[in-house]
Formats: sequence, structure tokens, C-alpha cells
Amino acid sequence: MPEKIDQTQVKKVAKLSRLELTEEEVQQFTVQLSAILDYVEKLSELDTEGVEPLAHCLPISNVFRQDEIRESLGTEKTLANAPQRDGEFFKVPKILDDSSWA
Amino acid sequence: MDHLQYKVVVGLEIHVQLCTKSKMFCSCAVEFGQPPNSRVCPVCLGMPGVLPVMNKQALEYAVLVGLALNCEIAAFTKWDRKSYYYPDLPKNYQISQYDLPLSAGGFIEIPLESGKSKTIRIIRAHLEEDAGKNLHTAGNFSQVDLNRAGTPLLEIVTEPDMNTAAEVRALAVELQRMVRYLGVSEADMQKGHMRFEPNVNLIIAKDGIEYRTPIVEIKNLNSFRALEKSIDYEVSRQIDEFFETGKTLETGTKSTRGWDDVKEVTVLQREKEDAPDYRYFPDPDLVPVQLSKEWLEEIKSRLCELPIHKQLRFVNEYGLNDYDAGVLTADRSTAEYFEQVVAQGGDAKRACNIITQDLLKLANEKGCTVVGLRIPANHIAQLCKMVVMGVASATAATTITTIMSGSPDKPPEVIARERNLIQKSDVGELEAVVDQVLAENPKAVEDVTSGGKKSSKACGFLLGQVMQKTKGQANPKVVSEILAKKLE
Amino acid sequence: MEHLTALELRKTISAGQISCVEAAEEIFQQIDRLDPIIGAYISTYPHQALKNAADIDRRIASGQPVGPLAGIPVAIKDNMCTTFGATTCASKILENFYAPYNATVVEKLLAADAVIVGKANMDEFAMGSSTENSALKTTVNPWDTTRVPGGSSGGPAAAVAAGLCYAALGSDTGGSIRLPAGFCSVVGLKPTYGRVSRYGLVAYGSSLDQIGPITRTVADSALMLNVIAGHDPADSTSIDENVAPLCDYLEKLDEPIEKLRIAIVPHFNAGADRQVQNALYEAIELYKKLGAQVIEVDMPYLDYAIAAYYVIATAEASSNLARYDGVHYGYRSDRARDYIEVYSKSRAEGFGKEVKRRIMLGTYALSSGYYDAYYLKALKVRNLIRGDFARVFQECDCIMMPVSPTTAFKMGEKIDDPLTMYLSDIYTIAANLAGIPAISVPCGFDQNDLPIGVQILTPAFTEDRLLRIARMFEAQTDWHAKKPPIAK
Repeated sequence: MPEKIDQTQVKKVAKLSRLELTEEEVQQFTVQLSAILDYVEKLSELDTEGVEPLAHCLPISNVFRQDEIRESLGTEKTLANAPQRDGEFFKVPKILDDSSWA
Repeated sequence: MDHLQYKVVVGLEIHVQLCTKSKMFCSCAVEFGQPPNSRVCPVCLGMPGVLPVMNKQALEYAVLVGLALNCEIAAFTKWDRKSYYYPDLPKNYQISQYDLPLSAGGFIEIPLESGKSKTIRIIRAHLEEDAGKNLHTAGNFSQVDLNRAGTPLLEIVTEPDMNTAAEVRALAVELQRMVRYLGVSEADMQKGHMRFEPNVNLIIAKDGIEYRTPIVEIKNLNSFRALEKSIDYEVSRQIDEFFETGKTLETGTKSTRGWDDVKEVTVLQREKEDAPDYRYFPDPDLVPVQLSKEWLEEIKSRLCELPIHKQLRFVNEYGLNDYDAGVLTADRSTAEYFEQVVAQGGDAKRACNIITQDLLKLANEKGCTVVGLRIPANHIAQLCKMVVMGVASATAATTITTIMSGSPDKPPEVIARERNLIQKSDVGELEAVVDQVLAENPKAVEDVTSGGKKSSKACGFLLGQVMQKTKGQANPKVVSEILAKKLE
Repeated sequence: MEHLTALELRKTISAGQISCVEAAEEIFQQIDRLDPIIGAYISTYPHQALKNAADIDRRIASGQPVGPLAGIPVAIKDNMCTTFGATTCASKILENFYAPYNATVVEKLLAADAVIVGKANMDEFAMGSSTENSALKTTVNPWDTTRVPGGSSGGPAAAVAAGLCYAALGSDTGGSIRLPAGFCSVVGLKPTYGRVSRYGLVAYGSSLDQIGPITRTVADSALMLNVIAGHDPADSTSIDENVAPLCDYLEKLDEPIEKLRIAIVPHFNAGADRQVQNALYEAIELYKKLGAQVIEVDMPYLDYAIAAYYVIATAEASSNLARYDGVHYGYRSDRARDYIEVYSKSRAEGFGKEVKRRIMLGTYALSSGYYDAYYLKALKVRNLIRGDFARVFQECDCIMMPVSPTTAFKMGEKIDDPLTMYLSDIYTIAANLAGIPAISVPCGFDQNDLPIGVQILTPAFTEDRLLRIARMFEAQTDWHAKKPPIAK
């Protein structure tokens, strides 16, 4: 049986997921994800023609809050967990490109 | 190549920040210019465990714009997550709307210089949350400020229906005027309240064949001027590139170019080899929105007359020219103020003159709107009457409005009296002065009555004498009439 | 005071036979003695707990009112945010994350005067069925320390079973409360989706996650649910109490349900080990003696629950866990040379294997070209599964089935075979997909003296009936009173 997902796809998905994988992990995940996807494949046995996708179990809608201001954390608490900060900012290595997309 | 035939094609992606008090999904204040990371809470910081809750006001604002853009408002709409990694996006997904936007399929009319208007189709307008800001000015690293993260943002996408830079600008100005009218956005481009990203390409006719140039998306546009200039620049750049490389929509790639405001050029930022994979899926933390007919009607009732319609009505109803009507309707409160003045008995043309010439200048000096001058509309109506009746001259009116802007509660008559700005038009009173002047200046009277070349100069002299005796308060028109009668 | 239930301790405290401080001290002695072996806690807070206990004692002494959990030592799973200590999710990536806010359930526990003794171990980000995926700690099953406690709420279940607290809160996305409860011979309740606020629960699969109690008895479960249930304006998916009214779950707990109609799904149950099946059918026999009627039903879609679950849960997880990127909080790799590597290296070093696997699976299921075949398909199957339940609940009050196909397995037995591990959840997952409440109640032991649980499921928002049904069984048996030898 051909594998459901190959190493190229695994690498592509890892990139989309922002996960740096070792070669060993790529191999391992290819095997494991293929096995899981093979199992998941059983969903295709079912005829779901006309069945609505169920994203929410609760039949509720229109949950709002009023447009009211509450106090924010403040700069210090906001930055308290920051791995690196520069004054009042979070600090990251220079963003040179605009590759915000996958 | 001397008669190059080409057509410019522009569609816009527009982001409009809504001026709610609090953010889209949390209660942090939406405030511009605050210290970095001071308007941030666990929710907009995307901390573990937090959940979003919709701001009702933001939704209603978005519906209002959708209605003003003549869109179909969805009875059922939902939230989706759009995934991409960027330091200004704390959750690394943006809560947005994908397949069921709040509104779709509308249009906007934009005024053209010819006085006519053009219809630009709107594909969709949906609600989403804004990202924070990455700053790159600090040296060899970047800084992230999340104050803006989570601000309600309306994304409007137009069809590529614009064919000149002027049309793009007209749409931008019209949209700004519209959202300000609706009171849903401050729409200040400099502050990023309103951001335009044009998609530009050309259809070039060459040797009887039409070629389409690759689409370029332009970013970093912070003013109407930049918007207009960038398109003009892009048009000439694309023509050059086409003749250099021959690349077309089919053979080239879509690219993003950034506008350099100093050099006034666009600079390549990235070329899209294939479409990004945003992995949209319904946000499980938020429930759908169902807009009932009643609710929609209620929101609809808050819709006001749109600026372009108001402008047209001012021309037709008040006999103003298109330019003046445009100036008056640029700001909703000013336009409404104008109508209040008219309703209080002010002559429309006088009112227009006083507002567009005197009051707008005063308001600009004070950095407020015309309404912000706090001069009651009935006072301006009164002033209009004074001018029409000859009680005040146009010059006096300017002086009076200046004083009014300092003491808004003082009626114009009082000011005119206090400052001796009342024009005397009483025939009986002025006749006595004229008689006295005529008696005192027999030589001049003779010059007039005898006719000849000195007549006109002598007439002016006599008028001047009357004005002097009345300390300039006599209505020169009335005095001239009396003089003419007495000396005929 | 050992082996008292929470309710019994409450009575003892009210009667003045033990102080809250003494109760807490005893628990910490037990923790000191046993937790080095069991490994239930990631962090404990003796200082704070004793201080709070002393405060409650003072209030009791001065006759002030105290909350329903006054002085009861409880544990919470370390995926609920607290302003004290770190909230780690048993992950290296959050090992040093200090939340600036309390989860709603934590606020509720504190308001009820519970004494929170510590934060318990779990599978990293609640992904797992054995607690072996914790990056910070190994938790063993108190009944056999060579075996797993189940997962992902293995720490809370082991803590309750070994007497290291009187009650605990776990979270359940696909069985994470019920499975470890079954493995450890304690009571685990997953409430209806929307009954308990998720605000402050670090999200795994947002449309499936639900917090619930892990306790020694059904009555304690009712006591805890009374405290944590209810609408929360900070969680859009928590149910409005006008729609699904709350009740005092203790009030009618001891009233048996008359003419109880129990549904069983024979073909589905047949997948479990013989001894597990035997225990289940013995439990059902007991219900029959109490007047229940047993109806065999067919639920064809249950066989697809795992497949649907591992698509939906991982898809949501891939998005929920995108925020752990080393930018705003949490672990950052010091090997990152640019901002992209801050993401990819921090996540590579910060996440464990199972978490990475699920992020990969979920990302794949949502990615362009696979969305319809996996994610959308799974949502449709989810609807079919819900339909299966709706149909059965038309003619039955509850469904009974095993909690898991086997009893607690050996450490390391399944860790390298993810799919086999996933299959441990075969009986628990459907309740999460359908959003209905389900409880795991001790119902026996296998040949190795390993606990077996029976699972009971009822329609949405019928926790009152669910608890009464469970209590009927508990009242007739003493499985729940048995203690692991190590705790004696």
C-alpha cells in the first residue's frame, strides 16, 4: 500500500507548522502519520451527502459583549513573560522579509 | 508605439478601523498613540487559555457600512481563523471571516471631476481583528507593539472597476467621507485608520492583441496623494516592464510592491510563486451571528443620507454649485449645520458663503469642525438675514463671525451694534445726511449736475462724504440711490 | 482523617472535629510521603494553601459564612491558568509561563473556599492517554506503579486515588478525565460542553474541551460540579443558564431514577477486553435488579468516532498551539538566527513528540487540498454521531459502555505506537464529539487488581440525572471505597 503521506509532504507540513524536524523525525512522522491517515481514511466509507458539518455542538448564536473598556494589563505585566524585550517592546530578530504567509 | 493603447485596471483591498471604544474581542481600549504594549490584556496578547467575546458595537458598525455600500447583509455569518505566523499576530491566526462574510455584492458611487458619478462594485466587506505593529527602526532587531492587536477592522474588497488613479482617489475620498458620516471610523489615513492596497495591472493593445500585465499589489500608502501617485507610477513602470520583458498575467507572477514616499517609487517586496495556505477553519471559540430582520431594520434606521446623495441634493435643492456642495458635505456635521441654518431662515447661498469661507477658516485655525465653533445655527441664520437685508456688509459679516467664534453665545445683531458694524439703510435718516452734504459742497453738486467729465468723480466724492459722516455705516447702495435721485 | 470523602471532610470541618489547616497539613504529609513515588504534582503550594486554610478557619471561628468547599484540599490539572505558580501544561514550552490571570474555574474554587494544594501532571497540552507525554514529570498508577495512570488528567486522577487531595479538576477533550478516573478507580465527570467555563483552560481542541471533577465519590462530583458549573460571559461557548438551567446537583442525588432505561451497544462493547466487558455487564445486572430496563441499540457511527476525533481535535490543536512561538511568552530557542527560526526552533525544542505529531496531523487536515477530505468530512461524521445519540436518547435515559478497552497498561507499552494509544480512547471520544455529559464510575477490578470503570452517558445538560444514575450504582457497591495499597 502506498503511504498516505510522503516525506516531501511531511516537510511541507512541518514548514507550515513552523516545526524544525530532524531527518529522523521526518522519517518517523512519515510512517506514523501515514498509519494514522490510513486509519482516518475509514471516514470516506460513510456517505455524508447532504449532512451538515457540525463545528459547534451548542445550538447558540449571537453572544456579545457591550462596547465597554476594562483596564488592560499594563506594559510591565504584558511583557512579564517575554523571552526577550527591548524597553516597552517585545524583541525579535530583525524581520527583513515579509514572509508572514506560509 | 507613439499611440500606445492601454487601459488601467485597479481593484482595491481596503481596511477600515472601526472607532469602537474597546477592541473586537476584548475590553482593551482602542486608542491611538499610547505607550507601547499598554493597551493589552491576556486576550489580545493571545495568552494560553483566553477566549474571545464579540463586541456588539463593532458588528453593528460593520453592518452599517455594509448597508451603505449597498451590500447584501448575511442573515447568518460566522468567524474563521486565518493562520499565518508573524510577530505582530500573537495567536498566529487572525480571527476573520472566510466563506460567509457579513456582507457581499454591493456597490459604491464615486463622484468624478466631470460632475458625474461612477459605480464601483463591492465584492465583500467582512469584519476581522487587526494585528499589532512590528517596528524595524531599532537597529539589528525588530520591536513588537500589540496595542493595535485586536482592533476591529472592516475589510472591503472591490471589483477591479477603477481605470484611473483619479478614480481610485475619488473612491478613497468618498469612502472616507462615508465612514465618517456613519460615525464608524475616524478614517485618518496617516494614522492607519484607513489602509488602501490597490491591485494594479494594465491591458495593453499591441499588434491587435490584448495583453494583461501581471498584477501588482501596492502597500505602505499613507495618504490620498501617495495612493494616486503610486498608481500613476505603477502604470508607467508596468508599461516599461512589459516592453522590456513581455511578461503577462499568464507568464509572470503576482507581486507585492511597497510605496517609497520619499523617492515616489514602488519597490518590489515579494513575488508570490503560489498562493499562501491560510488554513481557514471555523473558530470554535466563537458562535455564529444571526441577524434577524428586526435587528437589521433597527440598524438600517441608523443609516443616514450618504454624502454623495447629500451633495447632489444640495445642488438641486439649494442651487449651490457642485464644488460648494462638495465642500459643505465633506463633513456630515457641517452639512447638517448648513441645513439647520437654512431651516432657521438663512438664505442658502449666503449661508454657504459664510460657512465655506468664514467658518471653515476659523474652524481650521482652531483645529475643530464648524460645529465645534459652537456658534448656534440660528445666529448664523440671523447673520444671513442681516447681509441679505443690507444690515451687514459681507466684510462686516466676516468680522462678526470672527467675534462669534470667540463669544459663540452673542447674537450677531449685538456684535454688530457693539462694534458699530450695522449698515444704515434707512432712507429718511440717510436723506438728511445727504442733504447736509449737498449743502456743504455746492461745487461738487454743480460738477455732477452739469454733467461732463468731472461728474462721476464728484459723485464719488459726495458718496465718500456721506460715508464719512456716517462713520462708514451707511449702506453705500442706498446712499447712491438717494444721491442719484436728488441730483438728477 | 484519611479516606474521608470531600463531603465527609466538609462535615468533619463544620463539626469542628478538624480544622482546615489540619486537613491541609495531613494532605501535605501524604504528598511528602507518596508523591515522590506517584509523581502526581508538577507544583504544590503548601505555604499559600496553609495560609488560605488558616484564613478559612478564622472565618469559621468568627461565625462568618464560608463557601461550599471550605477547607477542602483540591488539586487542579496544570492546564488551568493561575496567578500563583507557573501554568506549564506539562510542556517545556510553558515551563516558565506565569499567567497574569486565573481561569474562571480557579476563581470559582477560590470563591468556594477550596484550598488549592497543587497543580497536577498531565500529558503535554492534554494530548495523550497515559500521562507519559508529560515533558516535566512521570506519574504512575497508584494501583500498580509500573503502570500508567491513564491520561491526559493522570496527575489529578492519581492524586485523588492516592489521597493526595480530596478532589481535583481535570479536563476532557476525548476522555482525559474519564480514562484516568477508570484506570485509578475514582469518579470522573465530563460535563456537557458549555456547562463549565473554558476561560483559562489552555485550549487543546476548543470545540471538545471541557473541565470536570475527578473525585472519590459521585456525591463529591456533584459537590464540585455545583461550584464550577455556570455561565461565564468570558466564554462565548458557555451556556446561558436561561437556556439550560443549573440545579443543585446534590439535592436529589440519592433519589434513584425509576424505570431507568439503559441503552447498550453490544457490537461496540465487544471490542473491550473480556474482563472489562464482564465488569460492565455485572454493573448493568445490578441496575436491572434496581428495576432498570436494558435496551440493545445500534449506533453505527460510533465506529468512526476516533477517526473523526483525531482530525477535528488535531486541526483545532494545530491552530490553538500556533501561539507558542517564543515571541510573546514561553520558551525561546537560543539557536534562532532569524525570526522564522525563533518559531521553528523554539517549537521544535519546546514541544514533545506527540504534540508535534498532532500539530502536523491537524495542519495537514486543514491544508489546502485536504480540508474537504479530512476536516470537513470529519465535521459531517461528527453530526452523524450526534444523530446516533439523539436517536438513542429518544427511547433511553442513558447509555452504558466501558470507559476504556483495557485496564491500565504498562509504562512504555504503547508510547511508540501512537495509533494504538489513540485507540484507548475509543469509548470516551464520542461524548466529546456529541458534546454530551459522561461519567466514569469504579465498577470492579481485573485479575491483576487493576481498576475497571463503567461509563454512563446522558443527553446534553442532564448532569443531574447522570449523577443520580451513577449514584444508584455507587450506593449498592463499595468499589469506590477501595484504596490502592500504597495509600494505606
